[in-house]
Amino acid sequence: MTKVAVVLFPGTNCELDTAEALSNLGADARIVWHSESDLAGFDGVVLPGGFAHGDYLRTGAIARFSPVMKAVAAMAGAGRPVLGICNGFQVLCEAGLLPGGFIANRGLSFLCKWVDLEVADQGSMLTAGLRPGTHLRLPLNSYEGNFVAGSTEARVVLTYRDNINGSDRAAAAVANEAGNVVGVMPHPERASADWLGSADGNLLLGSFLQASAA
Amino acid sequence: MRTDEVDPELDEGEVLTLHARLGLTDDEYQQIIDRLGREPSRSELAMYSVMWSEHCSYKSSRVHLSRFPTEAPWVVVGPGENAGVVDVGEGWLAALRIESHNHPSFVEPHQGAATGVGGIIRDIFTMGARPIALWDSLRFGPLDQPRNRYLFTGVVGGIAAYGNAVGVPTVGGELAFAEHYSDNPLVNVMCLGLLRAEDLVLATSGPPGTIAVLLGAPTGRDGIGGASVLASASFDETSLEKRPSVQVGDPFAEKKLIEACLELYRKKLVVGVQDLGAAGLSCAVSEPVSRSGHGITVDLDRVPTREPDMTPPELLMSESQERMMAFVHPDRVDEVIEVARRWETEASVVGEITGSGNVVVSLGGEVVVDIPAQSLTTEAPRYHRPLGEPGWMEDLWSNTVKFVAQPAIATALLQLLAEPELGSKAWIYEQYDHMLFLNTVVGPGHDATLLRLKGTDRGLALSTDGNGRVCYLDPRRGGARLVWEAALNVAMVGAEPLAVVDNLNFGNPEKPEVMWQFRETVEGISEACEALGVPVVGGNVSFYNETDGLDIYPSPVIGMLGLVEELVWPPPRLDRAETEMAVYLVGNEWAPNLAGSAFEKATFGHVGGRPTGPDRAMGRATVVSARRLAEARIPVLHDVSMGGLGLALAEICIASGVGATVAYSDWRFLFSEDPHRFLAVAPAAADDTITAVCSEVGVPFLRIGTMGGDAIVFDRGGVRAAVDLTLATDTWRTSLTEHLRN
Amino acid sequence: MAITRRPEIADPEGATVKKALTDLGYNEVRTVRFDRAITLDIEEDDASRARDRAVEMCNRLLVNPVLEDYTVEVEA
Repeated sequence: MTKVAVVLFPGTNCELDTAEALSNLGADARIVWHSESDLAGFDGVVLPGGFAHGDYLRTGAIARFSPVMKAVAAMAGAGRPVLGICNGFQVLCEAGLLPGGFIANRGLSFLCKWVDLEVADQGSMLTAGLRPGTHLRLPLNSYEGNFVAGSTEARVVLTYRDNINGSDRAAAAVANEAGNVVGVMPHPERASADWLGSADGNLLLGSFLQASAA
Repeated sequence: MRTDEVDPELDEGEVLTLHARLGLTDDEYQQIIDRLGREPSRSELAMYSVMWSEHCSYKSSRVHLSRFPTEAPWVVVGPGENAGVVDVGEGWLAALRIESHNHPSFVEPHQGAATGVGGIIRDIFTMGARPIALWDSLRFGPLDQPRNRYLFTGVVGGIAAYGNAVGVPTVGGELAFAEHYSDNPLVNVMCLGLLRAEDLVLATSGPPGTIAVLLGAPTGRDGIGGASVLASASFDETSLEKRPSVQVGDPFAEKKLIEACLELYRKKLVVGVQDLGAAGLSCAVSEPVSRSGHGITVDLDRVPTREPDMTPPELLMSESQERMMAFVHPDRVDEVIEVARRWETEASVVGEITGSGNVVVSLGGEVVVDIPAQSLTTEAPRYHRPLGEPGWMEDLWSNTVKFVAQPAIATALLQLLAEPELGSKAWIYEQYDHMLFLNTVVGPGHDATLLRLKGTDRGLALSTDGNGRVCYLDPRRGGARLVWEAALNVAMVGAEPLAVVDNLNFGNPEKPEVMWQFRETVEGISEACEALGVPVVGGNVSFYNETDGLDIYPSPVIGMLGLVEELVWPPPRLDRAETEMAVYLVGNEWAPNLAGSAFEKATFGHVGGRPTGPDRAMGRATVVSARRLAEARIPVLHDVSMGGLGLALAEICIASGVGATVAYSDWRFLFSEDPHRFLAVAPAAADDTITAVCSEVGVPFLRIGTMGGDAIVFDRGGVRAAVDLTLATDTWRTSLTEHLRN
Repeated sequence: MAITRRPEIADPEGATVKKALTDLGYNEVRTVRFDRAITLDIEEDDASRARDRAVEMCNRLLVNPVLEDYTVEVEA
């Protein structure tokens, strides 16, 4: 069984949902406390959503110093799949594992709503097997969801059809050069069953698990 | 207010005694002296002032609250603890509580609302439950006034900032506007938690020798005197100057505190816990020992502080947020501290349970408090305040609108759709995380929220309901109608009503008219709960909601929990109507009374007349038939409430994106808010089901029209009033945001 | 304009960041406070008039007097 780590920082709140969605897809998802410095034995790692360290100072700014982040960086360097969802995406940017950063949504209010996405690049572990242009429906849930690429060459793998938070290049998900580290702002685990409103998130989480199993 | 700095120079040169400045009357002060046989120390006085405050002691309301029916076989914990707890089956218990943060939200809307959310969440995890969902019931003055817009946006922002970050989704609520709330917004928040039956924790202290461990944030001078000064007295122009230091919410600290406490419970490391809310440490040390019949010694030197030189009264009265008192067997203290450390939460041993029955507090080796615990709690004053029917009721009831002609139906409907309290609330709930925990089956924007009970086939349905206009016109009928409406709301998603919590927001209890409104409301709620067989498991009373002598509408808010034995997928929803489906009205067909209706308010600015009272038989029949129709997979069920049938139909059309044509004979049929009516929309094939269910239950039903077209059409013998669906949708969608743009 | 949190008002963000700095070994940090600075470019030749206007703006909009204090500095 594919064994994946779901990292729990103080203030994280989507760890149970993420583990549940991954388990429903057949994974052995384990919640790992942020002070762990060793991720040996895990095939992939997810940094779930929430408010790590209260999002104080800057989202993700304090979390990047947690001991587990060295192990996450090591996995990223070894080509293993590393997925950051929402706050996890912000942590990966602060940690320098993904390019760019985040500012407040255009409109300056928190947005929890369903958004329509399109696959822009199937070269990442999250979007492998999904044809460019594929339409996905996932919930967004963030205040600082407005992606700023800055001077970096961000590899955008999912885009918003209606760019409601003002992200550069309408980026909803961004990958590193190698495609094994991906951050996604909307929540795939919240679109993991029809009764939740959509099961499209399973396509993304499934790709992540497939890459982890490889 | 700092009790060590008694400032004799008051505005008018009047010298007030310390006890008066703390909000105690001369009589109450004398009672303290009689009880102790001596003058109280300054610290003791501080404790009495907060514990005997209206907010903590319920001294004006308690004699009436005993009227509520509180028992049922499924009630595990009734009123009096931090939250009510009911059995929802398969080993699961639900903890439910509602609480107001009205006055703090007026002083500082963002932090006031945020700390209100933090407080109600603590009440829930104090019981051993994981908080899983929040509802907010909000009332403000009209949005054309800038200060009301500031309060409204501040409160919504505060709830969002705290609720989202602490990781408890806000999944529903309600909203109303009226001039009476202009200087006194109402911010009521309800929280639901879940726990396994074996994990229930009560706020008791355990036997002598048990150690009191203070968990969470350090103590500062936050909100000193909040309970006594803010929530227990009326407001006037000087209130904003007199305010105590505003409490600032720290959702991150609370999140860590939640996780630390849940781990303590899982490991069975505590015998009881009490959160520190209003009255802070005073409450947390006295209530649990009072319940267990013991005493406690408290060493203030061991209370971690955020500010230097805090005095004993300040430490005892501080309302610093995100703190919890745990009562721990002496052998387990080290383990408790270790769990707290892991969650980056401070834990300090501050006291020990004794057999003396007294609360004994010391600082620097000197005893500053030594008083019987019961004298702070069970022996607090209880008042039978005078009550009398207001002289204005007869005038109100006879003040009805005399219609000489039928009003323009289409215009009236558009006016209702443009009311910010009736239109889309998406601007609010899109700022709230309403999806966390993957439980939300039917979310905000419906009659009730439907949550799955994870690991079972069951569902929990919850609704919050208030209606200040109707309660003002007849508090007893109004209170009862809210219970019926809430019951019907949870039935709309297939739930059986199970338990009620109430938040009773009223004016100044020293006025006989207000106490009469209060008593009548309690009576009405009680009668309806008895008729439904639903117990009241908890509640909150907020008095002194008056500014410059103007009392708010009597504004009870009813929170209803219902249980769905077996979830059906998909559940009834407003957006499932389709062309050619039939529209049925179930319940009272003849309902001409428009008193207190949104229609009269929106069309004529009128609030008068005597509203219809509830009807037990019809109430029960509508609730039972709705639940059974949901079980029978009828795609759309929608309660007819504020705005009447006309608005209810429009909401279905807007959500589903399809028009409808319905027939009527008397136009009042379209806007009456009779409490026992709902709409069902179903395909032709379901006609037999609807007939069978309604006949069996014995509830009247009427096929009134058909879905289809691109307009909402009301037809009276061929004379048609039509509202274009696109116009209706745009009006409804922007009704709130239009008012915020001013 | 330097806008500071009133000293008796809790500063959760400051407390959390102080802990993070301590965890990184900066043990000399005694307190961390999150204050705000707002810079306005005002078309006004008279410094004292500019100051008065800025103070008025603070009182009416820029500062939340429940939580914050402020000072105004004028540069030519």
